[in-house]
Amino acid sequence: MSEQESLYEQIGGEAAVNAAVDIFYRKVLGDARINTFFEDVDMEKQAAKQKAFLTMAFGGPHNYTGLDMRKGHAHLVSRGLNDSHVDAVIEDLGATLRELGVKEELIAQVAAIAESTRNDVLGR
Amino acid sequence: MAIIRYAKDSYELEDDQSVLDCLTHRGVAVPFSCRSGVCQTCLMRATGGTPTEASQQGLKNSLTLQNYFLPCVCYPETDLEVALPDDADAQVVIPATVKSLRLLNDDIMHVELECHAQIDYRAGQFINLFQHQTLGRSYSLASVPYEDDHLHLHVRRLPQGLVSGWIHDELRPGQTVEIRGPGGDCFYIPGDTEQSMMLIGTGSGLAQLYGIIRDALSQGHTGPIHLFHGSRDLNGLYLFAELRELMAQYANFNYIPCLSGDDVPAGYATGRAHDIAFEQIPSLKNWRMFLCGHPEMVRVTKRKAFLAGAAMKNIYADAFNVSQP
Ligand SMILES: Cc1cc2nc3c(=O)[nH]c(=O)nc-3n(C[C@H](O)[C@H](O)[C@H](O)COP(=O)(O)OP(=O)(O)OC[C@H]3O[C@@H](n4cnc5c(N)ncnc54)[C@H](O)[C@@H]3O)c2cc1C
Ligand code: HEM
Ligand code: FES
Repeated sequence: MSEQESLYEQIGGEAAVNAAVDIFYRKVLGDARINTFFEDVDMEKQAAKQKAFLTMAFGGPHNYTGLDMRKGHAHLVSRGLNDSHVDAVIEDLGATLRELGVKEELIAQVAAIAESTRNDVLGR
Repeated sequence: MAIIRYAKDSYELEDDQSVLDCLTHRGVAVPFSCRSGVCQTCLMRATGGTPTEASQQGLKNSLTLQNYFLPCVCYPETDLEVALPDDADAQVVIPATVKSLRLLNDDIMHVELECHAQIDYRAGQFINLFQHQTLGRSYSLASVPYEDDHLHLHVRRLPQGLVSGWIHDELRPGQTVEIRGPGGDCFYIPGDTEQSMMLIGTGSGLAQLYGIIRDALSQGHTGPIHLFHGSRDLNGLYLFAELRELMAQYANFNYIPCLSGDDVPAGYATGRAHDIAFEQIPSLKNWRMFLCGHPEMVRVTKRKAFLAGAAMKNIYADAFNVSQP
């Protein structure tokens, strides 16, 4: 291959995000460790936000900054969001990709991207 | 360059500028977050012109059919007239004459309205009906545009309810009221005619389900259609005869009346409509779902349906939220 494909392209781009969003969101809602953070919000809007999350984690095009991540999760941090919750989200993300047959080596890269936002998400 | 019209103002789109940037740079308060077409926070509607295909990517088909689009990824070559989803101005006021009023049971009134101007709607959408200029409420459409001459509403009387009380006690045939609309994205979309459909409604939530079902059947839907209508007591199961009739007429339509109170006669399911539905049909993979009525029922059922395998894009719902005092 002469041109290096981006991680996002290797995973399958927007189509992969669309395939992953329902699976991932179902996992999150079924995960007792974190589902309280996703209660009582408009499910449709929530699913769209999950899509934003997945696009970001897959290395796709987005305009979020670290500051956006801080602001976007501040209300959750004040409700007790901590490292264990980030771990759970990254775990659910990995399980979703495995279900879709994505290679382990790509899953590790996705996890690394999510990992890199940890401090911003937790407002540290 | 394309011109973007919003609320009587016109803005010229600059080179490589998105509709969102064009509006926000001019001080229009459009909410946004990702600015890359994924979070749907910036959702707007084109009331004139056609939004670009790219700006409708990933939206539910009931929204794209109504010209909703994401302005953050919209770079149109031609003019657009746009509105925010909550802009009342996006909908014109239409006067309508009350043709008839008839009780469907003790507390649900069938209201028939003749519009003075053409109104383009789909069965299952809702209109806003105004008692006076600043007092309006949403009511779902039970009529099917190509089958019924007039708009049909099912209005349930709420204790001390302002508008529903006025409709029941004071409105008279011949009177003219103002309506706006239609709105809402809970309706039947032709296609996928063999898909299984489940509809769950409580109380007057049956209004729009009745419209949706008749629309689907008339448009040749052949997949199984299961309607679960719930009420506390027998009196609440209105349209019983009509629905039984429809069941006799269409082999793929199944009507399951559900009673959650005591004293359930033979021929009725015992329990709450959504519980019975999930009991009878536990796996909803590839199903199309319609959920209408009591807000708490809709919220809980939406989530359960999704966890039972229904795809988010296949879940259509309207919660009959009453306005908070
Ligand atoms: C999308 C949508 C579709 C809808 N479709 C339908 C439909 O098809 N059919 C239908 O019947 N309804 C429908 N509704 C509900 C409808 O829009 C109205 O909310 C409903 O008719 C009540 O309006 P109201 O003016 O009669 O009652 P309101 O005056 O708004 O009062 C609502 C309730 O709150 C109580 N209340 C009001 N003020 C107070 C207070 N200070 N303290 C305590 N309680 C109070 C009243 O007693 C009443 O029971 C729909 C709603 C939505 C959002
Ligand atoms: C692992 C790193 C994480 C990343 C990269 C991330 C990313 C995002 C993104 C991009 C959004 C959309 C923001 C918007 O456009 O408004 C979002 C929203 C959200 N995130 Fe995260 N997130 C992470 C971790 C978490 C964790 C651990 C939780 C809770 C357990 C969480 C809960 C939420 C919720 C509830 C929303 C929606 C907020 C709202 O509706 O206002 N996130 N996240
Ligand atoms: S701002 Fe996220 S879709 Fe437009």
